[in-house]
Amino acid sequence: MTAISMSSPRAIAWPAILKEAAMTAFVALLLTIPLVGLRTVDRPTGLGLETRWNEVAAAVGLVFLGRLGLCLIREGHAVTVLVLAAAATAAGFFIAMPTEALRVILIGGGAVIAIRAILAIRTGRSKLSQAERDKRMDHIAAQVQHASRWLGPIAVVVALAFPFTPLADRQLLDIGILLLTYIMLGWGLNIVVGLAGLLDLGYVAFYAVGAYSYALLAHYFGFSFWVCLPLAGFLAAMSGVLLGFPVLRLRGDYFAIVTLGFGEIIRIILINWYQFTGGPNGISGIPRPSFFGIADFTRTPAEGTAAFHEMFGLEFSPLHRIIFLYYLILVLALVVNLFTMRVRKLPLGRAWEALREDDIACASLGINRTNMKLAAFAIAAMFGGFAGSFFATRQGFISPESFTFIESAIILAIVVLGGMGSQIGVVVATLLVIGLPEAFRELADYRMLTFGMGMVLIMLWRPRGLLAHRDPTILLHGRSKGGSGGPAAGTAAAGGQGIAGGSAK
Amino acid sequence: MEYFLQQLINGLSLGAIYGLIAIGYTMVYGIIGMINFAHGEIYMIGAFVALITFLAIGSLGITWVPLALLVMLVASMLFTAVYGWTVERIAYRPLRSSPRLAPLISAIGMSIFLQNYVQILQGARSKPLQPILPGNLTLMDGAVSVSYVRLATIVITIALMYGFTQLITRTSLGRAQRACEQDKKMAGLLGVNVDRVISLTFVMGAALAAVAGMMVLLIYGVIDFYIGFLAGVKAFTAAVLGGIGSLPGAMLGGVVIGLIEAFWSGYMGSEWKDVATFTILVLVLIFRPTGLLGRPEIEKV
Repeated sequence: MTAISMSSPRAIAWPAILKEAAMTAFVALLLTIPLVGLRTVDRPTGLGLETRWNEVAAAVGLVFLGRLGLCLIREGHAVTVLVLAAAATAAGFFIAMPTEALRVILIGGGAVIAIRAILAIRTGRSKLSQAERDKRMDHIAAQVQHASRWLGPIAVVVALAFPFTPLADRQLLDIGILLLTYIMLGWGLNIVVGLAGLLDLGYVAFYAVGAYSYALLAHYFGFSFWVCLPLAGFLAAMSGVLLGFPVLRLRGDYFAIVTLGFGEIIRIILINWYQFTGGPNGISGIPRPSFFGIADFTRTPAEGTAAFHEMFGLEFSPLHRIIFLYYLILVLALVVNLFTMRVRKLPLGRAWEALREDDIACASLGINRTNMKLAAFAIAAMFGGFAGSFFATRQGFISPESFTFIESAIILAIVVLGGMGSQIGVVVATLLVIGLPEAFRELADYRMLTFGMGMVLIMLWRPRGLLAHRDPTILLHGRSKGGSGGPAAGTAAAGGQGIAGGSAK
Repeated sequence: MEYFLQQLINGLSLGAIYGLIAIGYTMVYGIIGMINFAHGEIYMIGAFVALITFLAIGSLGITWVPLALLVMLVASMLFTAVYGWTVERIAYRPLRSSPRLAPLISAIGMSIFLQNYVQILQGARSKPLQPILPGNLTLMDGAVSVSYVRLATIVITIALMYGFTQLITRTSLGRAQRACEQDKKMAGLLGVNVDRVISLTFVMGAALAAVAGMMVLLIYGVIDFYIGFLAGVKAFTAAVLGGIGSLPGAMLGGVVIGLIEAFWSGYMGSEWKDVATFTILVLVLIFRPTGLLGRPEIEKV
């Protein structure tokens, strides 16, 4: 069972390998018989069953071959397996499988085994150990962290220039807005999860509060977007304080479940209080934002208001509003980012980082835990509220459907997959989690399926997140100036030693 | 009074279901200290396997109801247990020594995966089933009627709980399980195969959740791929309410949650029953974080 360190092939213990592969295939058989092999279908007479034994057979066969391949790599036959796996991957493109999904499994599985085989050929082992993988990825993470000093401004400039490039059509701008919304939410949640170390499973509640604040204020009082934006942020922050106050004493997992409960409570209230919130039908006809209250983005503005295109002497184009929305969310997101970057250097941010590392030590050092956590909670909620009212004005329609637990899970996934506390990690993870599914829209049915599996796989591959960064922003001795950008210090594994090493100098 | 009794029976059967799911949460939390977020989906898969088994044996021509129910019970426990085992093996075991958040995120990912897996394979529409066990037991001159299904749920749950308690307190497996709960390292040193015990914990939790899934199918006669989420959260609430890590606590918590939900629906209308449950969760955690039967936890520095 142990990984061997030499790559020379040795006599294959066929019985043992076949037994292992057969056991795995047997488990796959048990897994697939009821749900894959037997499908419930609606018939006029009631529910009926359809059998799909060919899919079960194909799935079990693939699992058997895959396990066999992994065993053979372990036994030092990596080259053979590499050829076979590459052939299987290629065959996947041409062979007709019973379903599209099985074909994807064949191609993906073949590719994974091929990569493992290549690794085995290069290192003489079938698998890198967790520590080695961590070390390599930490190195990459540190480089990215270092590079983000100049990469960040470039990215901002590119994002600013993007609407003026010929590439920018309606669809790409919409995707850009979507990505930026999630980046903003990710950065907002990062304050709670990444900095203060509180696991919030109900962030979407504040997103909902922000969206509904704007929608309801506009609906009942006719307030404009620019009046509502700060109000929505304020109301969301207040709800954060209200919800946070009783629960912040709780420890990690309990806290997570209670925030999840609050998220659900808010959603249920939105559904059931239909006299006020429109219930499951939601609110439609939410007014679009104006150009800072000066001009409207319409072809023929109402009496007494100016039109954006007339004001600037432009040809009317419906794209103007989209571009304006794009810049609006870009600025909002950058505000969150700037806030986080700055607050990390203030006593408040340092207290958060300390709380994340050790709750009890903070209490003994006289940090007021509840107030600090409450501040993180309220500030993150405020940013969530801003994002929510932006969402409402962009969609023009909101309903409780948009604020389900799955949204919270996606935002949390962005923060954790990116590496908690890493600002650039949030951007990378958003591109992965939101951008990739957008790029493969035709696989719509399988989007959430692969999303779930992707979350599991990234966690298995890198439990601390892709670009984990848990180095304190400011150190006590020595590197205090360069602490935020020191390449060697920007690693998660070296975090603890980094502190020790820093103070030893 | 009759109405009260009626709600009491409804609440008890609902509570039995929550309790069965809650045991899975509480055992896993007790032994590896993580919230198995995918447990609700395991329960949903149990319900689906029970439905599929029923349709399959129906098409084989078996119509004798007790046999059909027995086959459903065994099949859903068996197949769902395999799902529980696989989830642990794939998504949790490699992360056992990782930062605490990693298994939770992995579990959320697994939960999303399983939900969509069932949705794609079995369709998104809810699956209705004609009553398998029709008929009521009428009490007090017909004022209170108890359906046989609810009665069977309560009886089966009590029987299962008895058997399960015996398993935990009397067998060597149960002893090993309790030892791992106390101290995994020490148990391992004394020759307990810790990995195997943890796997078996997931298998047992999944099998009990499968029973709950089958009961829900029989009582309500309709399931869909989404039932796992809410039931999972409520069962977790039950586990916390009873004191997480405590088996009798999980059952007690389940019954309390079931009763509250039934009475709330009966007297206040069913719209706000979920809010009532979550509010109770919050209140319990604030005022009695160790739950009703939980041991107080000592904070170590």
